Amino acid sequence: MADWTADEMMTVAAARQLRDDTACFVGIGLPSTAANLARATHAPNLVLIYESGCLGAKPDRLPLSIGDGILADTADAVVSVPEVFNYWLQPGRIDVGFLGAAQLDRYGNINTTVVGGDYDAPTVRLPGAGGAPEIAASCGEVVVIVRQDLRTFTERVDFVTSVGYGTGPGDRERLGLRGGGPRVVITDLGVLEPDPITCELTLTRLHPGVTREQARAATGWDLAVAEGLATGEPPTARELTVLRALEATKSDGRRP
Amino acid sequence: MAKLVSLAEGVADLVRDGDVVALEGFTHLIPFAAGHEIIRQGRQDLTLVRMTPDVIYDQLIGAGCARRLVFSWGGNPGVGSLHRFRDAVQHAWPRPLELEEHSHAGMANRYVAGASGLPFAVLRGYTGTDLPGHTTNIRPITCPFTGETLTAVPALRPDVTVVHAQRADRNGTVQMWGITGVQKEAVLAAHRSLVTVEEIVDELEPVPGQVVLPGWAVTAVAEVPGGAHPSYAHGYSVRDNDFYRAWDAVSRHRDTFRAWLDEHVHGAGAMA
Repeated sequence: MADWTADEMMTVAAARQLRDDTACFVGIGLPSTAANLARATHAPNLVLIYESGCLGAKPDRLPLSIGDGILADTADAVVSVPEVFNYWLQPGRIDVGFLGAAQLDRYGNINTTVVGGDYDAPTVRLPGAGGAPEIAASCGEVVVIVRQDLRTFTERVDFVTSVGYGTGPGDRERLGLRGGGPRVVITDLGVLEPDPITCELTLTRLHPGVTREQARAATGWDLAVAEGLATGEPPTARELTVLRALEATKSDGRRP
Repeated sequence: MAKLVSLAEGVADLVRDGDVVALEGFTHLIPFAAGHEIIRQGRQDLTLVRMTPDVIYDQLIGAGCARRLVFSWGGNPGVGSLHRFRDAVQHAWPRPLELEEHSHAGMANRYVAGASGLPFAVLRGYTGTDLPGHTTNIRPITCPFTGETLTAVPALRPDVTVVHAQRADRNGTVQMWGITGVQKEAVLAAHRSLVTVEEIVDELEPVPGQVVLPGWAVTAVAEVPGGAHPSYAHGYSVRDNDFYRAWDAVSRHRDTFRAWLDEHVHGAGAMA
C-alpha cells in the first residue's frame, strides 16, 4: 500500500506542471491547493492570480474562498474584477489557466453549467461559467485537474462552458481563441495530453499503482493511449509534508 | 449628498417590487443584512443581478423574492452547491426562476458599460461556448477598425444596487478597501443605490488602496455594523467560514431552510 492517497498524487502531479516565474490564474479548490503547493516547493516565484482581483497573492495557508482576506493581505496588487479580466487576462498576460471540470470530453472541452435534461430543465444545475470561458480562451495554456470517472469523462459534454480544442484540429484558430488551450489534464489516475495531430486527449502517464485498463474503464470514450505510456514518480516526502501542512490549515474554520 | 437612513427605511424607499436589484460583493463585503431586510419586507418579482449569487441569493431565492436571476457563477464558495438555487431551477420551488447566464468577464463588462453611460460593452469572450445559444444578451459584433469578430453585451443598469462598505462620513461619502469586486461599477451603473457601512464617522481617514464613492454619487447610506456577516469587512471582521459550511446542511431541505429563515431573518427584526 502506498502511503499517499490518489487525491494527493493528483495534486502533486498538478503542482509539478507549474513552472517557476510564470503567472497562473487559479480557481478555488484543487487548482488553488496545487498552485500553493508548487509555490511552496519548486516554484517560489509562481505568480498566483485570483479572479477576486488579487494579483501575486502569497498566502501562507490555503484560502477558503476566492476572496479570502489572506489573498488581499499578501497580494502585490488588489484590483477590481473588471480590471482582472480586461487588463490582465484578455490581452494574454497570464501564462497558465488552472481549471477544474464537472464534465470533460476527448477534446478537452469543459462543462460546469448543466448536466442531463436540457438547459431549462436540467438533471443537475451546476454553478456555471464564472471566469472559466475567458481563462480557457486567453491564457497561454490551460492545465485541467479533475477526478477521472465515467460521469466526468464523457463522450460529449452536455454544455460547452469553456472551450478546449472544440471539435478538433484547427477549431481554436477558427474560433479566434488566442491562448493555446489545454496542454495537460491531471487526474487521480494519470496524465493526459492532447495528441499533436488529432488534438484528442491521450493517456501519456499513469500514477504509480494504476493500470491502463483502470484508466480506460474510467473514461466514457475509447481512450487513446500513448505508445510510450510511462508511470509517473510518486510524491516525494517533501511534497507530501508540505501538502499535508497546507491541507491542515483549512481545518481551522475561525481563521478568515 | 446621500441621505443617511436606517436599513429598514433604505430598503423601503429604494427597493420596489419588480425591480432589477444588484447586491454586489466579491466574497468580501456582501450586503447580507440588506438582503435579509428585503426578505423581511416581502419584496416580490425581483430580477436579482449578481456575478456570484452565493448564500445571500440562495436565501432570497428560497424566500420567494426572485423571478429572474442574471449571474455568472452560482455556488457556495469553497463549499459546494447552492441548494435553494438548484431547487428553484430544477423543481421551480418556491417558484420558477428564469436565468440569464453569463461569464464573469461578461457580467463585469456589463456593469462597466452601465457605469460608463454606454449602451453596450465589447469583449473578446464567449466564443465557441454554448452560452450565446441560451442568452440573447450575448451577440457577435464586428470591429469597425480591424474587422475582427468580438462579443457585445448590453449595459446593466439596475434599478437599485446595494453594497456594503467599511465607512462613510456624514455626507454619505463611502470608503471601501480590500477586495472591491465590481461594487463601484455596480453602484455607478444603477439608478438608485443603498450602501450599508460598518460605521459612520465624522471624518474619513485616507486608507491605502481605498475606493471612494462621493456622497453625491450615492442615494442613501445606512449604518449597519456587521452587515456583511457571514462574509467579512476587511479591517473590521473576519469571514465566518463555519456559517458557509453549515449552510450546506441548512439549505439542503425546504423545511430546515424555512425554519432557519423564520428564526434568523423573520424573527430577527430589522437591524438599525
